[in-house]
Parts: sequence; structure tokens; C-alpha cells
Amino acid sequence: MNLSLILWGIPQAMRVAARVYPDYAARLKERDCIAQFRLRDVPEGRWVQLKGGRISSGKGIHKNPDLTIHFKNKAIAENFLTPPFDLLERIDAAKNFKVGLDGPDDLAVWFMATLARLESITWKSGTDMGNGVTRYTNGTNGGPIFVYVKDGKIIRTTPMDFDDEDAPSWTIEARGRKFTPPRKTTLAAHGACQKSMVYSKNRLLYPMKRVDFDPNGERNIQNRGKSEFVRISWEEALNIVSSEIKRAKAKGPGAIAVANGSHHQWGNLGHYLSAFNRFWNLIGVTKLMHNPDSWEGWYWGAMHHWGNSLRLGAPEFYGTVEDCLKEAEMMVFWSSDPDATYGFEGTERRAWAKELGIKMVHIDPYMNHTAAHLGGKWISPKPGTDSAFAQALCHVWITEGIYDKSFVEKRTTGFDEWKAYILGETDGVAKTPEWQEKETGVPARDVRALAREWGTKKTYLGAGGWGVGVGGACRGPMGVQWARMMAIIGAMQGYGRPGYNFGNLQYGAPLDFNFYFPGYAEGSFSGDLAYSANSANNYQRMPHIVTMSSVRQGIPRMWLPEAIANGRASGYLTDVSSVQGQFFPIHYPSPGHVPVEMIYKYGSASFGTMVDANRWVTMYQNPKLQFVVNQSVWKEGETTYADVILPACTVFERWDIGEWYNVGAGYVHHMFSMNNHRVISLQHKCIEPLGESKSDYDIFLAIAEKLGMGSMYSEGGTTELDWCKRVFDSSDMAKHTTWRKFLKKGYFVVPSDPATARAPLANNWFYEGRKKDTPEPYPLPSDYVRGYGEGLQTASGKFEFIASTLKKFDDPDRPPLNQYMPLYEDPKRDPELGEFPLQLLSPHSRYPFHLMGDDEGSSLRDIREHRVLKDGHYYLVARISRQDAEARGIRDDDLIRLWNLRGSVVCAAQVTDRLRPGVISASTASASYRPAGEPGRSTDLGGCVNLLNSSKSITKKSHGIKPNTTLIQVEKWTGVDTWKPAEAVNG
Amino acid sequence: MASKWNMIVDVAKCDNCRGCFLAVKDEHIGNDIPGYAAPQPPQGHNWLEIERRERGSYPIVEAHFMPVMCNHCDDAPCIKAAKNGAITKRPDGIVIIDPVKSRGQKQIVDACPYRAISWNEELQIPQAWIFDAHLLDEGWTRTRAEQSCAMGVFQSVKVEDAEMQQIRAKEGLEVLKPELGTKPRVYYRNLHLMTKCLVGGTVVTRANGVEDCAAGAVVVLKQQGREVARTTTDTFGEFRFDRLEPNSGRYEIEVTSGSAGRGSLAFDLGADSPYLGVITLAAAA
Ligand code: SF4
Ligand code: SF4
Repeated sequence: MNLSLILWGIPQAMRVAARVYPDYAARLKERDCIAQFRLRDVPEGRWVQLKGGRISSGKGIHKNPDLTIHFKNKAIAENFLTPPFDLLERIDAAKNFKVGLDGPDDLAVWFMATLARLESITWKSGTDMGNGVTRYTNGTNGGPIFVYVKDGKIIRTTPMDFDDEDAPSWTIEARGRKFTPPRKTTLAAHGACQKSMVYSKNRLLYPMKRVDFDPNGERNIQNRGKSEFVRISWEEALNIVSSEIKRAKAKGPGAIAVANGSHHQWGNLGHYLSAFNRFWNLIGVTKLMHNPDSWEGWYWGAMHHWGNSLRLGAPEFYGTVEDCLKEAEMMVFWSSDPDATYGFEGTERRAWAKELGIKMVHIDPYMNHTAAHLGGKWISPKPGTDSAFAQALCHVWITEGIYDKSFVEKRTTGFDEWKAYILGETDGVAKTPEWQEKETGVPARDVRALAREWGTKKTYLGAGGWGVGVGGACRGPMGVQWARMMAIIGAMQGYGRPGYNFGNLQYGAPLDFNFYFPGYAEGSFSGDLAYSANSANNYQRMPHIVTMSSVRQGIPRMWLPEAIANGRASGYLTDVSSVQGQFFPIHYPSPGHVPVEMIYKYGSASFGTMVDANRWVTMYQNPKLQFVVNQSVWKEGETTYADVILPACTVFERWDIGEWYNVGAGYVHHMFSMNNHRVISLQHKCIEPLGESKSDYDIFLAIAEKLGMGSMYSEGGTTELDWCKRVFDSSDMAKHTTWRKFLKKGYFVVPSDPATARAPLANNWFYEGRKKDTPEPYPLPSDYVRGYGEGLQTASGKFEFIASTLKKFDDPDRPPLNQYMPLYEDPKRDPELGEFPLQLLSPHSRYPFHLMGDDEGSSLRDIREHRVLKDGHYYLVARISRQDAEARGIRDDDLIRLWNLRGSVVCAAQVTDRLRPGVISASTASASYRPAGEPGRSTDLGGCVNLLNSSKSITKKSHGIKPNTTLIQVEKWTGVDTWKPAEAVNG
Repeated sequence: MASKWNMIVDVAKCDNCRGCFLAVKDEHIGNDIPGYAAPQPPQGHNWLEIERRERGSYPIVEAHFMPVMCNHCDDAPCIKAAKNGAITKRPDGIVIIDPVKSRGQKQIVDACPYRAISWNEELQIPQAWIFDAHLLDEGWTRTRAEQSCAMGVFQSVKVEDAEMQQIRAKEGLEVLKPELGTKPRVYYRNLHLMTKCLVGGTVVTRANGVEDCAAGAVVVLKQQGREVARTTTDTFGEFRFDRLEPNSGRYEIEVTSGSAGRGSLAFDLGADSPYLGVITLAAAA
């Protein structure tokens, strides 16, 4: 289109929009300005003036424009401005300075967004339900959701019911029966409680400053967590934060550290891997290097036997739902509680398995929720000792000859050495069922019975919460040994042959794995190619500008408090691209970088999630930390350990887009196969942000504008809704539906594949000796030792009973042969622990998502299996065996104190027969931290059981947590806090 | 005869996922529904609650869960206790506590033998689960609890009373506290999981000092010499007897397993469900 015509059209279009859409007219009144469009090579162009919402315009060059949008020449300008816009061309023009913006940054952002709004003002969203009610859609960590809104208020949230227009559901035929999932979505409790979270009394609604914090005077750092906060304006808050960023940056690279949780509210845009990372890449910060805290044993251990590094060491799962229902005779759930945390899509499928008469066995010191629901044999080993049990299974299999000899011979290495160890030829100890009984407390007869059944009947091994990893025993002090044993026993039974595989029906639904929609780990608009999987697909499919931090400093997350207090901390990388990636050390400080003196905390409850968290509490009072910002939605345990608080809004108050449980390439690819349908939500902005809260995107944009980077951050005024459209356009959805239809209806169900075209069964290619045919692009091509797609990601290409990669790395806790080494806390070895006789399990929480949903105003707090209301406070539930409770005079709902040398926490007792005596089970689920006395040095009434867990790594040379099996004592809470931290006791 | 609402609840399917519990909260917290219900307080009211029961003892244990709420009784003690017609029975069977007329009537809370009514301290009114009457009146075909349940525990049924009684008889449905004669409209399937006892035990053999699980052993449960039930042990030598009346006295157990021999024990059944321990078979003399 001709340039002068396009430029003439811009003010015309604005006038029309303002006449038709009052919202647009209102927007034009927000700012007065003169914007000049012009060419750089010749004085041609047009100016547009906005004044009190009125538009005037003239051809040529204005003398005094506030803002100039300049193009290198006419061809570039025409290309840039002619709709439909070619994003690749636009990005190219911006990146290579073919187009530029001169003028105040915030004005540029506003004006460009106003131009873009010309299109989006015509878009409509939501379904009219009558009576003034509109049904919107959204997405939560617990599932996609319908949101009913009336008069600007959410009145109802429900799971989604599909309609006839939505793609049909799949059917599996098994043993003469047909199984089809219900035509709806399910919600985990932390999704179903979201309305109460939005309207929680505990929402942060205004920017705040600690009363005794003066950025230009006395900072009173010692009072973080103690002093009150006062409301301040956004302007003041942004000025403090932006000037503190500048002040810290002047000290040198790395002075600012950013600390975020492992998760965020659902949605590709607002996720920390997009909005947050994009911003901090522009600023340059010290990163916290996360450990794989739900995967530890798989990542640091199992991976060395079979690769799967891009699945964090856990196995693939394609086709296993169908195969299990068709073939399996027994399912063994080993430390496996899929009915906790991640929703209930698989629960129906397990009910089918039960109907089909598949035998169920549950191995867990706690008869977990799934075990309680499904029934079957419950085996309760002493926490930490499971790998002895597993080795005894091997012993029976070997001595009775009931393992897959042909698989072992053809597809594995090192079996003879393994066999010699199991038979006791190497160390003189045969790993018999009787031997394990002394370790685990499980009768030898149960091991023999299970081993014989397993060795002769088709068996699925559900290892970990998802059946293919996650949570439970993998994150205890013996987690590495356990996960390695899971891989080893899978190999002895020839995993990958029909009826023998990994899974518990939680993963592996027969969905379309080729349809592209980006997962959140693909980084969305972050432009971050280094710390997200952006480069796998997203960077090509959704053109956007790359961002990259110049700061090369990182801190292993577990030891941030040590880094601050001691000025140094070392750990190992979580680098999933290869097996040996985990051998790379990280050291803080980095060469040429400066110590951290400012922390930007994003989300605010790590006192509940970080091990030995009293370290975190006291860290905040360290004078070396000159400034702390906390950007959060709710006031949680950690929030007030800051100087300035910035209120973020919930995902219901802003735009976003995301597919249910699609994390994306780079982190457990095809995670959505947990669901019965692939459901993509346009996450409508259902209501306006409460109070003065803002979306994470808008907060980062506002700070960026103060630093002159707003245009860069927002790619020239792109709004969240515009980004949603760009994500939509980048995906395969655009081939099936239109943007306008999707935006209005709010969700899309991806059609599943016909039965004849489903993904092949997981691991079957390896079992059969074919080339890899499952739809995952892993391992990386360079990791195949033979031809592409041939064999596993190990040095031999085979399953390795003796892990050759561990021969190249000297970690005494991870010998190449997976010996049984009791590394858990034990008074027999650690006499100073003698007064702590009980083992604490702190599993993933069932009702909150980690601790999201546990807010003080949340409906979840009324769930008796989560918290108990006593004297006006909701106390976290700790489960205790009847025997241990009786010995201490403890009854149901009594307040009890759990303590050791690291911490002391008050919980409410749930007395149960579902626990092995000697074991306490309390979830890491507390968003609250309520110290009875001095923060970090007294008993917590909020329920942060992680205060009790050790901050030592899971093995000597790794970076991983080991919270399960911590030794503690329990007593009735007297109401008087006598607990002192260890050094105070000693000194 | 008009068709009326009933609810069938299957105890065997409930997973305690709390979807229904949260749906009821979601529907009422912060929402005023004139004529049906005033807003529920943000916390502390559980108009639909999940009861928990463990049966058995370590290591043979079961855990069961059961949604409980207002039963919409046809002969409702709460209606009798209410003054000035504060509680009414609708023609479709649903019981509604009028949020205006019930103000100040705390006696209503105590009148419900099911403890299904919560007292709203702020508004000074009694409140209970309204069977989502406002939604059914708008054309919804099922309650929110039912829509939210991934396990298919709930089934709302709108039929004439006679038909409901047929369903009840055919499917062996039960109501809570039938002895009170309140005529609840909420029916339970598999209620024995909450009310009856379960006993379990383990049968083993011992040969050459090696103990093994005795699978396939026949276990007979007797009372005063009369056979009450029989079962076979599973792979792990375990057996279970269900649906035993609490406090039903002395029982004997006899185990036989072909060549492996036999064993027996006796126990008294109280209110709890015991684990009977390990029975080691001895070769027949
Ligand atoms: S359950 Fe209680 S509140 Fe409900 S109708 Fe019966 S007596 Fe009334
Ligand atoms: S939603 Fe269903 S399974 Fe979940 S607690 Fe309620 S009745 Fe039980």
C-alpha cells in the first residue's frame, strides 16, 4: 500500500474507532501528544496530534513532535505499516534499526499500543449466559476452568463441559470393553479454590513500603519480617525500585539476584519463564540455579543407566495407557501417589484398570491417597530403605530365573557384575528377602510373593507420582539409589514389551503428539534462548526479539542463604541437554562479578518450600542485603521480609494463553498426556485487577519504562492480549479455528489421533531393537553412539547395569554399581540424633499445588486433611500412626510440635493406621510462616515443615534436596516455645 | 404425583478429592442468592463435608470417604423447629431455609440430627446446602457437586417418590440414621464402608525355616460354630471379611490349605476393625 495513503488512514481509523468504541475514545484521552511518522532519507511523513481525546493530523514534518517513528526509507515503511503485518519483517526492521522510535519511552509504548488497539478493540470474548452473566475461560495449575462473571465480579468457577462442536474423545478397546473418558475436564483442588484465592482477604492490593525503610537514610535491615508496611503510590514504588536497580548495577555485574519459585500461575505469558525472564535479561542479574527438586533421584541417578536426560532421567510414556489396560495383570505403585497434587484425569483410567481386575500393589510407608482409593496390597517399608527391597526382588528373580533373559542379554551391559553383587559374590552379602527384612521391616515372604508374581505376570511399574518419575522416594537421602533401582528392575523385566512398562495410567493417554502448541517452558515471548526451550520451536514460529543477560553469575538455589552470609556457594548444574551436564560445577561468586546485595523475590513463600528454611528467614536480616523487593499476589509467609512490596494480580485479572499441562519441549516433553484431552485455553481477563494490583507484565513494563527499556520489553507496545494472538498464530490451532472464534469461546480441544495412527508404545522400539519411533526429539543427535535413533543415550547405547558415566565422575554416594548404602539419618550412625526417633516424610501436598492455593484466605484451608482450625488459626495436618500417637498421649486434631535441631513446627495431628509406626507424614504445603518468637530462631505455627529438613545435598557432588526421612521428635504442643536453634543450644 | 429431586451418593467411588466440597463453597461464598441463600462466610462453613473413616488396623487398612450434607428430609426436624415458616419444603422435595425469615433462629441449627446446618455468626442465620435449587430452577440438570466430581460419586435423580423407592430397593441404597424417621432424600450406595467392620489377617507357611505367604488358602469365618462367610487368601496370604456388625461378639476363623495344613484363631469384634495378625499353618497331624 502507498505510504501516504497508509499514513492518512491512521488518524482516520483512530477517529472511527473512537466513535464506535467508547473504550477507545477513553484511551485517547489518557495522553496528549504529537506523534510524527517520517522517513529518514527524505523529509516525508505525517504527524498525528492527540489533545483531550481529539485527533488532528497533517502531512509533512511537524516542528515539535513528542514522538518520532522513523523508517529508513519508503519501501521499509510501507512494508512495516501495511496490514496484515508480517511479524518476521517487523522484527527484522526493529532489530536491524530499519525502524526506530525517538521520544519518551513510556509515551512510545503507549502510542504504539494505542495503534495496535485499533485492531484488538474489535475483538470479543466470552459467552453470554443470560441474566447479565458472561462465561469466560481461564487456566490454572489444576486445570482449565469456566469463569462466570456478573457485574465485574466472578460469581462461579467450574470445570469445563465440552459441547458437540468440540473434537471427539478417544476410545480404547481392552479385553472386550471400550473405554472413553468423560466429555469434561477435571479440576485439582488448587484449581477449584481459585475464586476464594482471587477474593482472599490476604490479597496485596497496593504497593507498600516497610515503615522503617528509608532508601536514602536508615534502612533498618534487621527489621525485615518484623516491621509493619505502609501503602505508597505506584509512582513512589517504581521510583524506589528503579533507582535501587540502578544503584545496585553501579556496583558491578551480578549485584542483583532474582529469586522465583519453581512454578507460577498458569499461562505462557505471565509465567516466570516469559514475562519475568524477558525483563531480567534486559537488566542483567545473578540467577538462582534451580535443582530438579521433584526429580532428584531420577536426574542424579537413574539417568546414568539409560539416559533420558531431557526427561530428567525418567522414562518415556507414550501409549502406556492403552497397553496397560490391554495387557497388564498387575500394577505396582512404588512411592506413587498420582491422586495427589496434579489433578484427577488419570483417576478414571485407574478405575477402569480396577474394573478389569488388574491387581494393585502399593509400596509406600504411608498408605497414600491413591492406595486408599484403589485398594490392593499395601507394603510399607521403613522410609529410605526401598532400594534394599528392590534388590531382594532382583535376588529372587535371579535365583529363580524369572526375569527377561533375552532382553538382559541383547539390550544391556554389566549384568554379570550386577548379578554377582546381588548374589553376594562381591561383598559377601547376598541381597536375599531375609537380608532386606532387617533393613526395611517388610517381611521376607512379601518380597518373595511379589517377586514371583512380578516375574511371571505382566506388570506395570508406576514409579513416583506420575509412574514415570516425580516426587516421593526420589527426593529422600536414598532417592538416587531408589530411582536407580527402579530403572534396574524395569530392565530386568524387559521394559517395553507389551504389558511390561513404566506407568500408573497417569501418563500416556492416546493424544495427538504432533499438533504444535507451545508449552510454558518454551519461554513464550521471553526471547530467552539460554534458559528456556524457546529455540526448539517457539523462536521460529512466533517471531520475537531475542533477549540475553550479560551477567554470568549464578547461585545454586538451595544455598542462597550461604551465598549471602558467607559470600560463596558452590553446586552443580541442572543441565538436561546431556547426561554429563550435571557434572559441571557452579561457583558463586563468578570471576569479575560482584556479590549480591539486592534480591528481587517473585512469589513469596519459599519458607514453605526450601529445606532448612530458617536459613532463609535469617538471610533476609543480613546487612549485606541492601534491598529486597517482593512482587506477589498474596501476603504469604515470606512477603514481609522485604523493603518494598509490589502487588501482582491473579491470572483472572489479565490476559494469558496456555494449554493444560503443556510444559513443552525441554522439560518432560508432552506432559499433557496426563490429560484425557488436550485443552488450550484463552485465559480471558475476566475481571479488572483488584485494588491497584497489576499484571506481572505491566509491573515489569512499568519498571522498564523508568529505565528507558519499555519499548524493548514490550516490543514497541505489544500488550498481553496482542501476545495471546501472536501465540495463537504461532501454533497449529490457527489451522483448525479462527482467532476470533477461539477468543470468544475461550478454549479449543485438540482432536486426538485415530486409533490406527496413535503414537507407538513407549520403549517398545528399544525392546524390539528398532530405531526409536516415539515422537520425542531426544536424545540430541550427537548423543547417539551408533546411528541416529539407534539405542539409548548411554556410552554403550544399551541399558547399563553398571553406569559408565559415573565411572568418569567421582561421587562417593553414586558408585557405578548401585550398591545399597544406608545414607538416611539414623541414630545408630549419628548418635547426636538419638533424641529424634521418628522419620518425617514431607511429600508433595495433595490439595495445594506445592503451596499455591494454601493462602490464608483460601477455601482449601477448610479441608480437614489439609488444615485444622484451632483457636482461630488453621494448622497444617501432620499424620501420625496410632501407635506413636498413643505413646505420646496424642489424639486427633491435637496440636503437636515436630522438632529437631534445625527447626520446630506446630501442626495438627491426624492419627491414622495408614502409616508405618515410627513415621510422620506432613506435606510441604505451607504458604504461612508464623514464628512464635524471633523469626528464624523460634517455633513456627504456620506449618513450614521444611524448616526441619536438611540442606545438605542428596549426594556429595550434586545439587539436590532430600527432605524425606528426616529425623524428628513429636510432642503435644504446650503453647510455650522452648525451642532453640542448634548453635544456641550448644553455645 | 410430581417428580422430585433425590441424590444418590456412591461411597465406594469417593476419593476425597474435595471437588464437590470446593464447588459448594465456590457457589455460595460472596454470592447472595435472594430467596435461596445469603452469602456463605469465606471460611469455616462446610455445607457439604466429607467424612473420613478408616477400617482395619495396620497393616491391613482401608480408608473411605463420604460426602454428607443436608438430606432434604421429607419429615424434617428442622422445619418443625423453625418459627414463622422460616423453612419450607418445595414441591420438588428441596428444603430451603429462608435467609430472611430464619434470622436469629439459632435453635434451627441444633434441630438437625445430621448437623447439616451451619450458623452464620455475622448474618445471624442458619445455612445449609440448598441442592443448588437456584441453578436447577434456571435449567441446570445436575448440581455443581455432581458436575465437579471426577469420580461419578453423585447422581441427582428427579423422579416420583414411588420410583425412587423402587430404585432404592433394587440397588440396596441406604439413608443416614433411618431410625429417626426423617425420610432423607439423599441416598447412599455402599454405605457399609462407613458403618460396618472389616477384619483382615495374613496366612503363612513355614518350611525349612523359610516363611512364605500362603496363597489360595480357604478361610472360613464362623460364629458359634456356624459359617458366616468364606474367602480365599490372595498372593500375599491375606484375607478380608467385610460387612461385619460392630460389637457383634466372638468369631472363629478356620484356615485350610491342602497339604500346607491348617490354622485357626478366635477374636471378639468390638467397634473397631482389627487386624488379626499372622496365622502360621501347621501341617495336619
Ligand atoms: S438434613 Fe437437617 S437441615 Fe436438612 S432437611 Fe433434614 S433436618 Fe433439615
Ligand atoms: S468430588 Fe467426588 S470424589 Fe471428590 S470428594 Fe466429592 S464426592 Fe468425593
